[in-house]
Amino acid sequence: MRYMMMMHAPHGTGVYAVSDWAPEDFKAHIAFMHRFNEQLAAAGERVDAQGLAAPGQAKLVRAGKDGVPITDGVFPETKEFLVGYWIIEVDSAERAYELAAQASVAPGPGGAPLNMSIEVRQVLSGPPKDE
Amino acid sequence: MTQRAVAASTDDSALHLLRDLAPRVLGAVARRSGDFAEAEDAVQEALIAAAEQWPVVGAPTNPAGWLYQVALRRLADHRRSEQSRRRREAVVAGELAADVPFVPPPDSAIGMEKDDTLVLLFMCCHRALTPSSAIALTLRAVGGLTTAEIASAFLVPEATMAQRISRAKQSIRSSGIPFAMPDAAERAERLGSVLHVLYLVFSEGYSSSAGDSLQRTDLSSEAIRLARAVHALLPSDGEVAGLLALMLLTDARRAARVGPDGELIPLDEQDRALWDRAMIAEGIALVSEAMSRGAIGAYQLQAAVAAVHDEASRVEETDWPQIFALYGLLLTLSDNPMVALNRAVAGAMVHGPEAGLEMLVPLDADPRLGGHHRLDAVRAHLLERLGRRDEAAALYRAAAAKTTSAPERDYLTTKALRLKD
Repeated sequence: MRYMMMMHAPHGTGVYAVSDWAPEDFKAHIAFMHRFNEQLAAAGERVDAQGLAAPGQAKLVRAGKDGVPITDGVFPETKEFLVGYWIIEVDSAERAYELAAQASVAPGPGGAPLNMSIEVRQVLSGPPKDE
Repeated sequence: MTQRAVAASTDDSALHLLRDLAPRVLGAVARRSGDFAEAEDAVQEALIAAAEQWPVVGAPTNPAGWLYQVALRRLADHRRSEQSRRRREAVVAGELAADVPFVPPPDSAIGMEKDDTLVLLFMCCHRALTPSSAIALTLRAVGGLTTAEIASAFLVPEATMAQRISRAKQSIRSSGIPFAMPDAAERAERLGSVLHVLYLVFSEGYSSSAGDSLQRTDLSSEAIRLARAVHALLPSDGEVAGLLALMLLTDARRAARVGPDGELIPLDEQDRALWDRAMIAEGIALVSEAMSRGAIGAYQLQAAVAAVHDEASRVEETDWPQIFALYGLLLTLSDNPMVALNRAVAGAMVHGPEAGLEMLVPLDADPRLGGHHRLDAVRAHLLERLGRRDEAAALYRAAAAKTTSAPERDYLTTKALRLKD
């Protein structure tokens, strides 16, 4: 079974705003995520893991007349934005929750666990087998 | 570790042999078949068969003849099944195929041409192809990599890469690019495209090596291998030598540029004991020889800059005046704002950070740079050296928000955080 784990961060406030962190705390956070990704790969559970560019570059796009793209900047009042995601291949939903909980305790200021909320969604499969 | 992984790691020499033979066998098969696209498919199948069989039963005594023969049989199979699909004579065709005896011809009998590697490169790197198509096709047709290996190198599904390669071959067919050596007049320009594609392959490998490269095909090494092949065929071309030297002198620092947690370590903070001295010596010899012959080009100059960095056993010993002069020369060859930016960095090391900041001013108005994160990062670095910490931190943060490289973003963020107090 495949699951997507999505890491959201609030827009520029609270403990998530890394510009308020001590450099060592930031370094520890990055190292934690690096090791987490390596463990996922070593366990054969990682399908994909990607961080996303800062939301300042994000655009909302829709097709206008004749399919010509119309772009808008993302509205500043958006409360949360997607920071990055993992796609994992696991045997059960419980295992997916377990992994999400492991990512959730990534260290923040002073090395204290952030306990971030990670959104876990199952990835749909192809058509079922004909019996 | 799976059996195949063990075979792959203990059988590097067989793998290299296969990949080195690939373009020359393809040349022979393509001449015989008259259709590059179908010949390329057949050789790919032969390479996959060899990779499966040779580690088990041992490599044949005439490996090129083996690949050639297997590719021709696959070609015949494809054509037969094409025909039989039309004529509904599948049974008869199958019996025919089973009857052909398998005796690989000696290498001398299959018409391999030394220059086929070049002919194929000219074809696969033609400007009618998009860069991503040219890269994929070059790695497969000239590099002898399988579609699966190329897909893993670019972290895309195999089916996606297969489609990209098949579209690249369609572009070659519809553009009417012939399987032949371009004439002398066209060659210089076409060689430029070839070198550019090899440079892109190298850069892809180099920039991705910062991330999780564990299971991935090593694109930088493949680019170096292909550049070596071109250099062997065109030993007197200064820019070919320059590109090979640039790759070697850059790749020599590979072990030093990423820390244990995947973090980026910039040139001035690297542990120079980790640099590969043999690669550096080879690169320096190549670029010195090329530049002594005249006809200096952009790859040679970039290689020369890399050589000056690599020659300094401590960062304080870096010969910045020479680097400053080399970037000045490079700027006269190509009006490139990134070169101007690098020249400003060197200029600041020679004449001080204020002088560097002044050199950056005209770049603000350059639309090609378009507020590039490197401009912010360089300015931040110079302001930091002048003790203007708040301005520097703000620009490091701006650069971090703009870069699309995760390790670089983390590095720039850390620089900003260090300036806070």
